[in-house]
Amino acid sequence: MSQENGQGDKEVLLSVRNLKKHFPIHRGVFRRQVGAVRAVDGVSFDIYQGETLGLVGESGCGKSTTGRTILQLLEPTEGEVYFNDKNLVDMGKSELRRQRRNMQMIFQDPYASLNPRLTVGGIVAEPLEVHSIGNNKERRERVKDLLQLVGLNAYFIKRYPHEFSGGQRQRIGVARALATNPSFIVADEPISALDVSIQAQVVNLLDDLKAELGLTYLFIAHDLSMVRYISDRVAVMYLGKIVELSDRDEVYDHPLHPYTQALLSAIPIPDPKKEAQRQRIILEGTVPSPANPPSGCRFHPRCQYATEICNEVDPEFRNLGTGAEPHFVACHHAEKFL
Amino acid sequence: MAPLLDVRNLVTRFYTEQGVVNAVNGISYTLEEGESLGIVGESGSGKSVSVMSLLKLIPTPPGRVEGGEVIFNGRDLLKLSRSEMRRVRGREITMIFQDPMTSLNPVLTIGRQMTEGLKLHLGMNDSQARKRAAEMLDLVGIPGAEDRLSDYPHQFSGGQRQRIMIAMSLSTNPALLIADEPTTALDVTIQAQIVELVKQLQEKLGMAIIWITHDLGVVAGMVEKLAVLYAGYIVEQGSVFDIYEQPAHPYTLGLLQSLPKVDAREQTRLASIEGLPPDLRQEFDYCPFAPRCPYVIDKCWEENPPLMATGRDQASACWRWETVLTEKSRFGVEEV
Repeated sequence: MSQENGQGDKEVLLSVRNLKKHFPIHRGVFRRQVGAVRAVDGVSFDIYQGETLGLVGESGCGKSTTGRTILQLLEPTEGEVYFNDKNLVDMGKSELRRQRRNMQMIFQDPYASLNPRLTVGGIVAEPLEVHSIGNNKERRERVKDLLQLVGLNAYFIKRYPHEFSGGQRQRIGVARALATNPSFIVADEPISALDVSIQAQVVNLLDDLKAELGLTYLFIAHDLSMVRYISDRVAVMYLGKIVELSDRDEVYDHPLHPYTQALLSAIPIPDPKKEAQRQRIILEGTVPSPANPPSGCRFHPRCQYATEICNEVDPEFRNLGTGAEPHFVACHHAEKFL
Repeated sequence: MAPLLDVRNLVTRFYTEQGVVNAVNGISYTLEEGESLGIVGESGSGKSVSVMSLLKLIPTPPGRVEGGEVIFNGRDLLKLSRSEMRRVRGREITMIFQDPMTSLNPVLTIGRQMTEGLKLHLGMNDSQARKRAAEMLDLVGIPGAEDRLSDYPHQFSGGQRQRIMIAMSLSTNPALLIADEPTTALDVTIQAQIVELVKQLQEKLGMAIIWITHDLGVVAGMVEKLAVLYAGYIVEQGSVFDIYEQPAHPYTLGLLQSLPKVDAREQTRLASIEGLPPDLRQEFDYCPFAPRCPYVIDKCWEENPPLMATGRDQASACWRWETVLTEKSRFGVEEV
């Protein structure tokens, strides 16, 4: 399942191959393992230098676990993650720590992800201390620069997180992520806890920083409108697997997976005229448990196009686009939608 | 004919140790029978408090409804006694909330919780109430309704719990259903299911709906009328078509332009409303949106604008609504 063909002009920064993360379920007095929650169950994709890859899906689909497993914040059950051609999964601890400088994370909840006992200066300087970058004076200068970079006043340095609004806190989180000058950032639902008018501020900031610093993002979100806005390519996840992956406009204008189609048709559009004319695909039921996923194609119990083969065979994640413009989809009947 | 609900000049304040919070500052709207109204605003805009006030659900102290009238079916709800009010709530006006898990009692069966209101409000006996509850569950699409009455809330998924809440709130045949962000905690495909369900039920049962939300997308396809709240004031209200087509208040305009368009190839930079919503511990003798407004003029700082009719089915609390309607947007590409 190589995706390099045809994309030769773009440099691969991060390569994920057959990544799995299973959480064991223990029961009984002896805590015997009786099963596993297969949160991420074999995902493969590349992220190119300087792009934003949007990862979307509903709650419980494994998108956040994917992000954390890529950064080795969770130990993968199986699979490889190549960052700059080095496999992070079998890397030694000290080397992994060195690599971590280059990969940072922005978290969803700006209230829970900042230590309330540290000043803003302390929070943003922490990664610098961990990686022994600079002396105290240099760190303070760096923190001031970072605060200005994310649109905060440098004199905020002595204040505490509770003195800030949600949007400002998320800016602090962004400043912390940028402290070690990383090239790759996983943003895990960075705006979903914010009010609408503040969301645009933070998204614009992320966009500007990407251009200014040449960053590469994995942008994890459930808000499909925002993902279309910010991403270059989009991957759609369902129950631990990526079901569709292509260029942003390709995914949104010509979705080939029935789940993507349903997901897109469910997004409310802020325009009453369009809403009045829309035909919705209303999915029956809810997402099954990842501890006991359906046989064959995981989407088949909710899929209006499902046939016998969908019940039996797990569909291959294959390219139905061209070499130059790949469009990957995992559906037996995807040709129907070409 | 008098409207079903006529809210006039509602004022609610909270007396806290940190000062008096002016949560709702004289808002007025009407709702006809079977009509649907969307109340849109961000956190702290007063959207939930305004509705809690008319149901007398504001915790007192610290909160107090300090002014206005709420005429519902010819009576002023604010003048009713506690026991009279209890007969209105849960029977003539019912509510569904954001988080169905916290609004259902986890230690009682669904059947017990659903029949309670029916027995209390409609004087049904046990078997009548169970029958009605099963009918309602069936109506909201819970399969095997009769058997599931003996299940507990945790045995249902989030979407199903919200369906149960809807079944419960419609079982007494209310004239008005108030939905306070009922889909915010749900995934987008489940949200679509619930919105579709409420629309169908409204057609079938004919109740009026107040739908409170922060999501301009959800209400667009859901309601006929809209009220946009900011700092406890209605800053714009009118027909949902007119407002979305041409907002006459800068705040509404900014909100709409800060949303990315999922159905458009051309992605223009999002407009962002700079700054933060104001502290509500002050009296506004100026326009509360003035500090964030790109259309601001001296007059905005001198006098808080009232709602003014724009000639269309729309009213705006902006001195410069004509400029906002006609001029190209000033929410533009600002550098961060």
